[in-house]
Amino acid sequence: MTGVLTRNETLVAVVIALFCIVATASDPNFLTVTTLSDLLRASIVLGILATGAMLVLISGGIDVSFTAVAVSAMYVTTTLSLALWPDMPWYLIFAASILVGAGLGAINGIFIAGFGLPTLIVTLGTLSVFRGCLLTFVGSERISALPPEMRNFSRMMIARGTTEGGDFYALPWALAALALVVFLTAFILHKTMLGRSIFAIGGSVESARRIGINVRRIQFFVYVYVGALAGLAGILQGSMGRMADPFSLVGLELSVIAAVVLGGARLVGGYGTITGTLLGVALIVLVQNSLIVIGIPSTWQSVTIGLLILLGTGLPAFQAKRAAARAG
Amino acid sequence: MDQPQTGAFVEMKGVTKHYAGVTALEGVDLTVAAGEAVCLAGENGSGKSTLIKILSGVEPASAGEIRIGGKTMSRFSPRMATAAGLMVIFQDFSLFPNLTVAENIAFAGELAGRRRFFSARSARAAARSVLDRVGVDIPLRARLETLPVAHKQIVAICRALACEARLIIMDEPTASLTEREVRALLGIIRLLKEQGVAVVFVSHKLAEVLEVSERVVVLRNGRKVVEGPAGTFDTASLAMHMTGREVRDAAPGPVPDSGDTLLRVEALDKPGSFRNVSFDLSAGEVLGITGLLGSGRTSLAKSLFGLVAPESGRIAVSGADVPLGDPVAASEARIGYVPEDRLTEGLFLTQSILRNVAVGRLGDHERGGFLQHRALAAEASGWLRRLKVKAPSVAAPVQSLSGGNQQRVVLARWMARAPRVLVLNGPSVGVDVGSKADIHDIIRDLGARGLGVIVISDDLPELLATCHRILVMKGGRMVEEIGAGSVTEDELAHRLAS
Amino acid sequence: MSGSRTEARLTEAPEFRLAVIAVLVFSLMAALSPDRFLSPQNLTSMAFQFPEFAILALAMTVTMMTGGIDLSVVGVANLSAVVAAIILTAFADPETTGGLAFIWLALALLASLTVGATAGLLNGILVSRFGLPPILATLGSGLVFTGLAVAMTGGSAVMGFPDIVFVIGNARILLVPVPLILFAILAAGLHVLLTRTGFGLRITMYGANPLAALCAAIDIDRILLRVYVIAGMFSSVAGMIIMSRANSAKADYGSSYLLLAVLIAVLGGVNPYGGYGRVVGVVLAVLSMQFLSSGLNMLQVSNFARELIWGGLLIFVMVVNTTNWAGFRTRRGPFKSS
Repeated sequence: MTGVLTRNETLVAVVIALFCIVATASDPNFLTVTTLSDLLRASIVLGILATGAMLVLISGGIDVSFTAVAVSAMYVTTTLSLALWPDMPWYLIFAASILVGAGLGAINGIFIAGFGLPTLIVTLGTLSVFRGCLLTFVGSERISALPPEMRNFSRMMIARGTTEGGDFYALPWALAALALVVFLTAFILHKTMLGRSIFAIGGSVESARRIGINVRRIQFFVYVYVGALAGLAGILQGSMGRMADPFSLVGLELSVIAAVVLGGARLVGGYGTITGTLLGVALIVLVQNSLIVIGIPSTWQSVTIGLLILLGTGLPAFQAKRAAARAG
Repeated sequence: MDQPQTGAFVEMKGVTKHYAGVTALEGVDLTVAAGEAVCLAGENGSGKSTLIKILSGVEPASAGEIRIGGKTMSRFSPRMATAAGLMVIFQDFSLFPNLTVAENIAFAGELAGRRRFFSARSARAAARSVLDRVGVDIPLRARLETLPVAHKQIVAICRALACEARLIIMDEPTASLTEREVRALLGIIRLLKEQGVAVVFVSHKLAEVLEVSERVVVLRNGRKVVEGPAGTFDTASLAMHMTGREVRDAAPGPVPDSGDTLLRVEALDKPGSFRNVSFDLSAGEVLGITGLLGSGRTSLAKSLFGLVAPESGRIAVSGADVPLGDPVAASEARIGYVPEDRLTEGLFLTQSILRNVAVGRLGDHERGGFLQHRALAAEASGWLRRLKVKAPSVAAPVQSLSGGNQQRVVLARWMARAPRVLVLNGPSVGVDVGSKADIHDIIRDLGARGLGVIVISDDLPELLATCHRILVMKGGRMVEEIGAGSVTEDELAHRLAS
Repeated sequence: MSGSRTEARLTEAPEFRLAVIAVLVFSLMAALSPDRFLSPQNLTSMAFQFPEFAILALAMTVTMMTGGIDLSVVGVANLSAVVAAIILTAFADPETTGGLAFIWLALALLASLTVGATAGLLNGILVSRFGLPPILATLGSGLVFTGLAVAMTGGSAVMGFPDIVFVIGNARILLVPVPLILFAILAAGLHVLLTRTGFGLRITMYGANPLAALCAAIDIDRILLRVYVIAGMFSSVAGMIIMSRANSAKADYGSSYLLLAVLIAVLGGVNPYGGYGRVVGVVLAVLSMQFLSSGLNMLQVSNFARELIWGGLLIFVMVVNTTNWAGFRTRRGPFKSS
């Protein structure tokens, strides 16, 4: 597993590069600032969700409920804001959504860290509980009359303009949210004892307990943090899409996990890098948006993603199996 | 931190532990002074692991007193144990395969220091200084999973030192080390002792560590049976105290003359594990294969049954080639295999005793695709009786049995299949003394019935008691063949290690 | 052996608890809405509704028995339905009747079962030969199967079948709904397979300890291949029923069934780490779910609330079983890395 060449990150980077080469060859307009800024925009929500999913995988769990958390946080916040304070500043709306997300994440945390239930089954359950609650008790209407501040946020740009070649581009401030999340998560993972403990429990829960790591507290944090990230991703999705759609996002969870797994995180826990995750997200976004450019009809999108998952996880798994057989 | 004049760092007095009506420890006294090394010897089930658990605060004692540095500890917890500098190095080391060497060493210490932030650089510096203290150089940035076992153990020791350990308890410290690695370990232990760190070795094989130890304490059935200076013990007397009797198995009878070659192994080769291994086994013969850990004996055992695929070579039963690396094919060629680790490889713990035996015979009790449950159960029960498995009910889960009975269940499974060659990997590991002798009887009996038996073991008395011939492996090669009765245990031990 | 179960007192079996739950839910719903819940119409409509997801739950059960999971069941069901639907619309049309319609239906069914078996074989190969964790293998393959169905149909529904297709999901034989008959056959078949055959016992043993199975010379690869093939073929039967009842095939039908299938299997007492599971339990769980969901329907509870209740029930059951899980979790340790 050593060596840069066999690492998932490298593999994904190579696939991305090949994709871009083929795409540019068949459509010289592919590699332009416009496409790039479009793809970047499309990666924001997915990137934030993937960062959270990665954290869970590193801790040795799996979370499939984060899309429901995201959409619930977004919709609840929007509805509340419209009902109570339509002119609520955008940063308060965001904070509220993050809080709601963290709260829902805490529910996952209680069942997983508190009761010690299997993570897949708990989050499959909460996926439908959160979504069911949202659609039954909060509402199932799409809201396009968002609080004005939410709409304004989506218009705030870091940069926008037209290049000399006439390509239009726009980078929204939402991108800064992704950067912030990436920075914060990287800081937690690598610079705090908490982050190293997440890696430790992913590597071996039993050893972690023996050296005095409070495993339950770490797990609880992980699910709350992931919930908070999902809340942020949800409100960004609503704001950038200029609509609070209670049916959006859910269904995306497997693609997000796919991105993370492609980036080298392992299901058994303890392994995962932010670089890999972002590369995985980039690849998934490319496939979702630009498959047509390299001559594959967009109806083949999920086949492609499925095959990428099978290849991306199959190769290392097969190598590991062979290595284990060799080691005897 | 200052030491009271009594000299004892840890003092246990009359420590007793009951588990649900079973007495695991009874009135055990143990003292360890700073800088002292003590050997705690005992068979499996003698109460060693219970003692470790109590010393590390994982389990409370039912009665008795623990004093550390002269202070009586009440409500002793793992945190208190750690704070007092009591560190346990478990047999599996409890390290993190996915973290670096530096992190593995420094992490626990920083955790104990209740730090919030982590700096890879200061972790490396801390790890470096501890490694220097034991005089070992291991790449700090290497992922732990890439290290050999001996280095992992050193990392575990260093981790304990980084937590300012004053007493390190090592569970089976030499079990997975080669001779040279044991030497290196002993060197480290001497250094630690000079630095005032006390060490308790807990093991059922202590000959290797006797030379660095001051005292030996032997436990048996939860009681301390003897305690004395290390110099007054040797392997034989230790074994005598641990088992409570002179373990003197009858030597095996002669190999029956019919002696056709049953199993032929030719030039079996697996780079990295064993090289160019060839031997013959005749019907009725019990062949021992021994060697230190890392000598390739386990790999070879697994290869014979197809669990490991050799790169080249040939295995033939009665002249017919057996496909390599395929357990199903090996069992069809009527080779059987009793694994070393009963709990994870041998048994289906949650399943019934009956099922655990019957699982090997499912194909032979199917009529028209359906299982003949009654015939299957009758056959399995028959084998359980013949091997004298003591169980209240054959429908009980196999995990309710004692180690010796469990091993007999695995043996019964294979005997029901009427194998011609049976490979026994560590047949009496973790088995109580009484059962051990019974298992040896069974092995001799298997040979007497014309099976070819291969015993892979590092338990020398066991080999001498059961085998007609013993092959010694070293560094992946067969280096010596020893006839039964031609050596004593000490000679054999010497040839193994030299 | 069978003795191990009969000796345990009946009331201690997890299946007993399930039977109590099923009776309780039934009585509760009957009490809340006696006229409608107990009406013959409602009882028959329930019998038409549950077989499709119940069969998917059986597929889930057999993979969970090995300690795996099959997240591709719905994808396989839809892909095989789409393949069958394409055959039925390309070679026959709504006017086709009689023997010709029957022949095309038979061919379509055969094709759909072949698709199911092939898909299952692929899952089995990924899990056994390539050593992929079942979650990832079936997650990826599920996307591929769904994606193929999308690619073949362009994402829209395929419809316009001969009338005979209606029979699979909507007709009755001697008053018994055909889907119920199919479910009964598959459930009984799986029960016999698991309890009466060597293969079934090997599945249980493998699920209890894969490493010990290897050392007991059990042909692990073959077991896994066959288990996933069975799951695939069961899924395609479910796909046929869905197709017939919807009178069309589409790539995204029954998307909520995946959760439901996992839920039913876990509710039915199947140990998700492998080694324990009984068809009786799964059938009882199916019945409880159907009583619950029909009853809620009578009480005018929305579909969304039903999803909420399902999810809540799944977690509730897991919490109730927590004491049992503790034992399973410690056992899981040694295999985590393998």
